Amino acid sequence: MAVHPILAALRKHKAGVILIMIQISLTLAIVCNVAYIITLRIELMHHSTGLDEHDLFLVAQSYVGNYSGDDQSAMNKLDSMQLTDLSVLRNLPDVKLVTPVNTLPLLRYVWSGSVALGLGQAHGSAHANYFKGDQYLLPTLGLRLIAGRNFSEADVENHPARGNFPPAVVIVTKALADKLFPNGNALGSAVYLDKMTSPSVIVGVVEKMFSANPDDDSPSAWYSILIPSRVDSASTMYAVRSQRGRIQPAIRESRDALFKVNPMRVIDEGDRFNFNGIHTYAQIRDLGYAIDVFTAEVLAFVCVILLLVTGVGIAGLTNFWVRQRYKQIGIRRALGARRIDILHYFQVENLVIVSGGCIVGIVLTLCINIALMQVFATSRIPVWYVLAGVLVVILLGQISAFMPARRASNVSPMMATRGM
Amino acid sequence: MLGYYLSLALKSLRRSPVLTTLMVLSIGVGVALSMTTWQLVRMVSRDPIPEKSANLYVPQIDVWGGRAGNNSGSSHEPPNLLDYGAVTALLGDHRAKLQSAIYLISSIVTPHVNEGRPFNSVGFAVSREFFPMLNVPFIHGGTWSMDDETARAQVVVISQEVNRKVFGGGDNVGKILNIDGHSYRVAGILSNWNPEPVFYDVPATGGFLLQTPGVFLPFDVAITEKIPNAGETDCKVPPSQSGFDGLLHSSCVWISYIVELDTANAFKEYKLYLEGVAHERYSWPPNVRLRNLMSWLDYLQVVPDSFNILWMVGFGLLVVCVVDTIGLMLAKFLSRNLEISVRRALGATRPAIYAQILTEGAVIGAAGGITSFPLTWLGLLWVRSRAPRGWELLTSVDVGLFILALAVAVIATLLASLYPAWRSAQVQPAWQLKSN
Repeated sequence: MAVHPILAALRKHKAGVILIMIQISLTLAIVCNVAYIITLRIELMHHSTGLDEHDLFLVAQSYVGNYSGDDQSAMNKLDSMQLTDLSVLRNLPDVKLVTPVNTLPLLRYVWSGSVALGLGQAHGSAHANYFKGDQYLLPTLGLRLIAGRNFSEADVENHPARGNFPPAVVIVTKALADKLFPNGNALGSAVYLDKMTSPSVIVGVVEKMFSANPDDDSPSAWYSILIPSRVDSASTMYAVRSQRGRIQPAIRESRDALFKVNPMRVIDEGDRFNFNGIHTYAQIRDLGYAIDVFTAEVLAFVCVILLLVTGVGIAGLTNFWVRQRYKQIGIRRALGARRIDILHYFQVENLVIVSGGCIVGIVLTLCINIALMQVFATSRIPVWYVLAGVLVVILLGQISAFMPARRASNVSPMMATRGM
Repeated sequence: MLGYYLSLALKSLRRSPVLTTLMVLSIGVGVALSMTTWQLVRMVSRDPIPEKSANLYVPQIDVWGGRAGNNSGSSHEPPNLLDYGAVTALLGDHRAKLQSAIYLISSIVTPHVNEGRPFNSVGFAVSREFFPMLNVPFIHGGTWSMDDETARAQVVVISQEVNRKVFGGGDNVGKILNIDGHSYRVAGILSNWNPEPVFYDVPATGGFLLQTPGVFLPFDVAITEKIPNAGETDCKVPPSQSGFDGLLHSSCVWISYIVELDTANAFKEYKLYLEGVAHERYSWPPNVRLRNLMSWLDYLQVVPDSFNILWMVGFGLLVVCVVDTIGLMLAKFLSRNLEISVRRALGATRPAIYAQILTEGAVIGAAGGITSFPLTWLGLLWVRSRAPRGWELLTSVDVGLFILALAVAVIATLLASLYPAWRSAQVQPAWQLKSN
């Protein structure tokens, strides 16, 4: 079909054409950018933490009583209570492995500090996430050891929550090992944690382990160091791996068993936004990304409404044009145009207008993208997002124009004779 | 005349119900969604204590010296919190009208009655001036006395919820409460008080708490009892001793501080005083900040970045809806050229045509605004059900929001009807009438 008569006809409806083009370009720009932002967030939300997240849950509880853990006797008491808890949990039928932990990836409870090659400013250093646990830390969390050895029972120490307790041995993530030792000689080397004066020897390297801060998108989010120690404090956390597929029974057993061995404790009911109590790792992941999920949902909702509004607007204007042109349509029909020709005419007309809007829209999309890059941590929008967006609005335009176009195709040739 | 235009508008709107409905819905949806996102952002970034915020300030002192602050680069911002040494000095000098040290605690409260299980309650260690300074409302009792504070008496202010869980409700001022294994005398019971954002201790809470703070202990008592800090502790060098005493003697920062200064002069004096303290205590040049509460919240970015995208997208949607309405109105009025020609021929002036069409636009806008009320309400309900906990209070609906919605709807539609009105006013009556 020739486009020329369409363009000639559109010249008579400049205002409407410009309005649709403005709408299309705004819609395209907003939808593309928002879709891109949402995808970036979803990607962030689903990346692997390095843990085997199935069958994993976390128990966060507190002992009742005044346990500051500062003096030796209080510390010993807390340690013995914690050891009792651990052995009780380990003896449960549905529990496979248990380790005390200080925090977990995505838990929004960050323990971090410096890791340096030596004392003093001259040595290379990095800021790293500290994860503590006993000899079962790696197998319980499902971390993959790629070099060296796991912690042994003899490596594990216990100490109060605050103070300097340089561990004799540590395990680091590959990311941290590569950062500190670009030559690949991390294994067996010494590092200094938190400017403490005695060194810790790297005995193992794990593939990867993510920070406790879900929002961290810098490379240092993967700089993690594992320390073989139990923290003696009135509030403790245990990571538990259940037998395959037995996570819910294991959670119930754990709660009952812990209260049975020592009722003087608090295990919160917990909820969607509070990690106290007993939570599966899937829930911890949800908790960590709650704000991101929420923002993404609102944005997606607004986008859907935006597309709807635009569609309705296009349908309304096209409908108006069709009514205005009843007589012309009648003449064309009388001159031999088939219904399908009229239908095609309006669909192609819509395609022409929407394509024009898309050209403006693509420019606008890139402008908004550049503006967003200045303000937020987003990157250049990939071309295929823009192309997909163009496809979506063209489809939207075709669908919106269909009803009015069909109405036009139903105009009787008799119309030509009326003085409408 | 306006009455006549109104009746004309209603008649014409009734004549094309589909187009009218589309216009009203378009404006209604646009306004509702932009209002929902706007309300969300506004409530998260609102002034939590409007009657006082202008007089509340947060002192920061560079207790570490040099580049150790939280911002690397050229600005050399002091840390967000203070160490125990600096706090003792500031509290001791008592230079502001009112002041309080603040740190987050997580306590276990054991009920005496109802055989209830012990429960966790977050709270804060604060000075007695905390309550009058922040206009904290009490239903029973009040802040502890000056004598209690100096004698380091074991007193506590509790929330209504803790009061209900422990005592079953009622006035229990003077009764004894077990917190972390120690007995405390209840000095006051708060009525519901949980301002969001948690402006008085942003570094520890990030601005939002998962539960309403339940216990407020005297700062000095919390120190004596070695109640650990549940918030952030930031150290440049690790403490030389372990335990709570090590923390007290270290340069680690972990305590929030707020002062009330009522005049510009008081502000200037306090800033000089801070510099004096820094000069006296540290060998490096004084580097202090005294931020007003609102700029403090801004500095700490209490509103997540992503939230600004929300209102931008909401606003973008509104623009699209307005453009949508212009198109629909154009369609509507251009099909009424004949009617307008008749009015013009009968003596209506161009301004009269403008008035008629703008009136019609205003009617559509008002209808759209009213349509947006239930939609906004639904939107906020949905936001409330999906939002992370701690924001529940943030999505409360107020009359001001509805007035704003109505105003935005009417103004947007009036703007949208300007061009159609101009087009209609340009109609040549003679030509129109003849051609038909």
